Amino acid sequence: MLTKRIIPCLDVKDGRVVKGVRFLSLKDAGDAVEIARVYEKQRADELVFLDITASFEARKTLIELVRKVASNIFMPFTVGGGIRGIDDIRALLNAGADKVSINTAAVNNPRLISEAARRFGSQCIVVAIDAKSIDRRQKTEDRKQKKTKTLSSDLCPLTSESRWEVYTHGGRTATGLDVIKWAKSAQKLGAGEILLTSMDFDGTKDGYDIALTHAVSSSLEIPVIASGGAGEKKHFLDVFQRGKADAALAASIFHYGEYTIQEIKQYLRSKGVNVRI
Amino acid sequence: MKAKVAIIDYGMGNLYSVRNSFKSLGIDADIIEGPAKILSYDKLILPGVGAFGDAMKELRERGFIAPIRDFIAAGRPFLGICLGMQLLLEKSDESRGVKGLGIIQGKVRKFSSKLKCPHMGWNGIEKLKTGLKIFKDLGPDIYTYFCHSYYVQPRLRSVVIGRTDYGIKFASIIKDGNVYGMQFHPEKSQETGLKLLRNFIRFC
Repeated sequence: MLTKRIIPCLDVKDGRVVKGVRFLSLKDAGDAVEIARVYEKQRADELVFLDITASFEARKTLIELVRKVASNIFMPFTVGGGIRGIDDIRALLNAGADKVSINTAAVNNPRLISEAARRFGSQCIVVAIDAKSIDRRQKTEDRKQKKTKTLSSDLCPLTSESRWEVYTHGGRTATGLDVIKWAKSAQKLGAGEILLTSMDFDGTKDGYDIALTHAVSSSLEIPVIASGGAGEKKHFLDVFQRGKADAALAASIFHYGEYTIQEIKQYLRSKGVNVRI
Repeated sequence: MKAKVAIIDYGMGNLYSVRNSFKSLGIDADIIEGPAKILSYDKLILPGVGAFGDAMKELRERGFIAPIRDFIAAGRPFLGICLGMQLLLEKSDESRGVKGLGIIQGKVRKFSSKLKCPHMGWNGIEKLKTGLKIFKDLGPDIYTYFCHSYYVQPRLRSVVIGRTDYGIKFASIIKDGNVYGMQFHPEKSQETGLKLLRNFIRFC
């Protein structure tokens, strides 16, 4: 049977790997290609590179990095961060990325998902969603009025039933979109996969957001990668068994050597989760 | 003598990862955009991602269809990867009314809607035949990386040499004489995939 995937995420800045805790403080954790090699040896199932710089010069560095990774690493990898349009997607895929992850640009222009899926195939279009639970004290109507109207806001506005809101721009901008509806729209537009990050749990090491992951995964036919909050082995078990995630992404737990991927997988297998060892 | 390997470029996806994986095995594969020199090669690779209908159209427009048949008829080893495997069949649910290469009898079907689709990630392969050179040096646990929504259903069971469980057991490796197909991406399947590619080039 299909195995559950463990995916280390490497935040990349100027060709180096960094990890933002709750999107703020950054620590340098090393060379991207070298780390990718280590993870390949540990039998990571895929890799995600998230570019957290977006200047023009930095984009060229990123393309170079993608090319190097693609020549040295024989496993699927996704590249995201700062993708604005079809040309960015084409450049990354041509450099050797297997998938691209789009976030803000997809919210601003949902047609980018359908156009990219039509040109390059759904299998390489990952829509990343940064989700934050809704503060009940703030009225939905007040929130909605603040937003500018876009196609996506027509497709999936927040309602009184909404539990999570979509954020963009690295978690800085609330969009007024409902996470579940947006995920469904992304699927309908041709996304091949959803990378779902809980902003509430990211960086806490308290575990994945099980309720969020379950709500999104059970609403979709495409795979969901859960992200944000991994700190213990048990968190992976929970997100697969209770959250119904298809894959789990984590960064610092692996980058700082707290657990190897192999250790997590051995543990998961001992608990009856189907993983590739 | 080193085998001369060609990878067919017909505008369906990135071929460089396939070439890179050959390079890591010490094999320099050429990417060919037209069929002119096809018969000067010993092994032919047809990769590809995208839709069945688009792919057949591209192959036809670039004049690859008859040369691929000639290459196979000459008894030379041919490997179709992912969509490139599906194109070997006669037709596909994905693009009704479009004829495939028809080199392997049978059709391409869509996975049941009860399953998450695409079938994406690492899955196991059960070997249905032993002693085949393509499986040389592979242990009992073969896991490879899949990413597809359709699967092949050959008319003859005897061509299915490896199968994979995703709700149903589908053909993940086929072999009909000198023609091989792999539904997964060997170029993305770490050391297992590299071994399969090496075996195909060196021993098949």
